[in-house]
Amino acid sequence: MSVAVAQPFVRRKVPAAVRRKRLLVAVANHSLLIVAAVMFLAPFFFIVLTALMTNEQALSSHLWPSPFRWQNFVDVFHQAPIWRWTLYTMMYAVLATLGVLVSSIPVAYALSRIRWRGRNLVFATVLIALMLPPVVSVVPLYVMWSKLHLVGNLGPLIIPNWFGDAFSIFLLRQFFMTIPEEYLDAARVDGCGELRILVTVMLRLAKPAIAAVALFSFLYTFNDFFLPNIYLRENPAHWVLQIGLSEFRSLHQVQWNLTMAATLLVMAPVIILFFLAQRAFVEGVTLTGVKG
Amino acid sequence: MTETAAAAAAPFTLERRRARRRAAWRRRRLVLLLMAPWLIGFSAFFGYPLVMSVYLSFTHYDLLSSPKWIGLANYKYLFRDDPQVGPAVKNTLWLIGIMVPLQVLFAFGVALMLARAKRGVGFFRTIFYLPALAPPVAATMAFVYLLNPATGPVNIILEKLGISGPLWFQSPQWSKPSLTLLSLWGVGTLMIIFLAAILDAPRQLYESAELDGAGPFQRLRWVTLPTISPVILFSVVISVIAALQYFTQAYVAANIAAGQASQAGDQTVNNLGYPEGSTLFYPVLLYEQGFKFFNMGYASALTVLLLAVAFTITVLIIRHSRRWVHYAGAVK
Repeated sequence: MSVAVAQPFVRRKVPAAVRRKRLLVAVANHSLLIVAAVMFLAPFFFIVLTALMTNEQALSSHLWPSPFRWQNFVDVFHQAPIWRWTLYTMMYAVLATLGVLVSSIPVAYALSRIRWRGRNLVFATVLIALMLPPVVSVVPLYVMWSKLHLVGNLGPLIIPNWFGDAFSIFLLRQFFMTIPEEYLDAARVDGCGELRILVTVMLRLAKPAIAAVALFSFLYTFNDFFLPNIYLRENPAHWVLQIGLSEFRSLHQVQWNLTMAATLLVMAPVIILFFLAQRAFVEGVTLTGVKG
Repeated sequence: MTETAAAAAAPFTLERRRARRRAAWRRRRLVLLLMAPWLIGFSAFFGYPLVMSVYLSFTHYDLLSSPKWIGLANYKYLFRDDPQVGPAVKNTLWLIGIMVPLQVLFAFGVALMLARAKRGVGFFRTIFYLPALAPPVAATMAFVYLLNPATGPVNIILEKLGISGPLWFQSPQWSKPSLTLLSLWGVGTLMIIFLAAILDAPRQLYESAELDGAGPFQRLRWVTLPTISPVILFSVVISVIAALQYFTQAYVAANIAAGQASQAGDQTVNNLGYPEGSTLFYPVLLYEQGFKFFNMGYASALTVLLLAVAFTITVLIIRHSRRWVHYAGAVK
C-alpha cells in the first residue's frame, strides 16, 4: 500500500530546472496556439464588422463600424430572394441526405456483416469510386440529364444520392465492422432475419455513424456549388443559396456591406449546426481518417 | 441393418442439402436486394459516364445535333494546339506542388501544437475546425473582400504597419498565393485527422524514447512520424485529388475580383481564370469548354485525360509510399 502511494510521488519529483523548461515550452506552445486562433477568427470578425457598416464605411479605411447598421440584415432580404434560395437549398439538402441514408445503409450492411463471394472486390470498387473526382463524370452525366430534359431542375442533383454514396458507404461500413458479432448472433438465435437485424439492432447501435453521415451529407449539399452551378445556372427560379450568393454582388454592384451580411447569413446555419452536433462531426472525421 | 440406415439417411441428407441450397439462394437474394442501390448507381452514375466520356472524346458534339465521329482530332487539339491547356496544367501543378504540401505541413503543425497543449484543447480545436465548414462560396467571397487591395482590412492593417500590401486577387502573381491562404484557413479537417492520429500513438513509445535520451525533435522524427505515416499518406492522397478538381474557389474568386475591377459586374465578360488566366486551373478549363462553349466532345477528351492523370497519381503515391509508410505490425 505504502509503495503504491510512494511511487507516483517519486515520479513527480522533477528537478526545478526541467520543470521551469517544461513550463516555458508550455507557455510558448500556448502563445503560438492563441496567435493561430486569433488569425483563424479574424476573417469571421471582419465579416461581422463589415456586415454592420454603411456602404461608405465599407469602402473607407475604417475598420470599426460607426454607427452600427443592423438594418443591413433586413435589407439583404429585400434585395434578393433569400427565402426562395433557402427553400431550394433545403429541398436539395434534405432530399439528398435522406437518399444517401436510405440507399447507403443496406449496402454498408451487406459489405460488412454478411459473407458472400466477391464482397472484397465490390468493396474495392467502392473505394475506387471514392477516389475519383465528380468532375470526371459531369460531362457525360450532363448529356444524359439534358436528354431526359431535367437540366434546370433539382433532379440531377438529388437522384444520384438515392443510389448509394461511396463516402457514406465507406464510413458506415467501417463503423459496422466495429460492432461485436455477439449482438447480431443473439438476434439470430431469437429468430431475426437479416433485414430485421439491420433495422432493429444495427440502426440502433450505429447511431453515431449514421448521425455523422447525415451531417456530412447535409453539409456537403448545403455547401455544394459545383453541381448546382452546372445544372441550375440557366434557371434562376431554381437557384440555391450558393449560386445566389455568388451572384449577389453582380445583382447589387459594389455593396460590400450587404454582400458580407449575405455571406454571414449563408455561413450561419452551418456554424449553428456545428455547435449543436460538434461531437458527431469530430467523431465522423476521425473515423474516416484513422481507420482509412 | 446398414442398408436401412443408409436408406434412412439418404432422404435426410438430400432434404438437408436442399434446405441448405434454399438458404444459400435466399441469402444471395438478400445480398442482391441490399446491394441493389449501389449496383444501379454504380452502373448509371459511374460506369456509364466512364464509357460515354471515352466515346464522346472521339466525337464532335454540341448537344444540339447528334455526336459526329472525328477520330483523334480532339486529342490532337488537346496535346498540340490548345493554347489554354499548357497554362491550365501548369496552374494545377502549382496547386499540387505548393498548395498541397503547405496544407499538409500547416495542418500537421497545428495538430502537433494542439496535441501538446495541456489546456483548452476542445476550445482551440473548435476554432481551427470551424472555417473548414464554411461554405466555399461564402469563404471565397469573404477572402476577396478581406484581401481587397484598396479597402480590404488586410491591406489597411498592413499599411498601418508601414507595409504596402500586394494586389492579391487582382494580380496574376498573387492570385494563387491568395487562394492558398484561403485553403490554409479551411485546413481544419486535415488537422482533426492528424490530431486524432497523434493522440492515438502508443504512449510507451514516447516514454521509452525519452528514457533513451531522445529530445523533442528526435521523438517527432522517430516516434510521431512513423506511427502516423499511414494517415499522412491518406491525407496527401485526398489533398492531391482535391487539388485536381479545384474549382469553386477559383471560379468564385475570379468572378468577384473581375467584377470588382470592372466595377460593373458585367456578366457578358468571360471572367474564368481572372486575372490573366492565372487562376485557370484544369477543371476551370473543362468547365469553360463543356458548359460555356458546349464542346461536349472536347470536354470529354479533357475528362479522359484528367481521369488518367488522377488514377496514375493515386497509384504512384500509394506505390511509392511503401518505402516510407510504416504499418503497425508490419502487415505490408
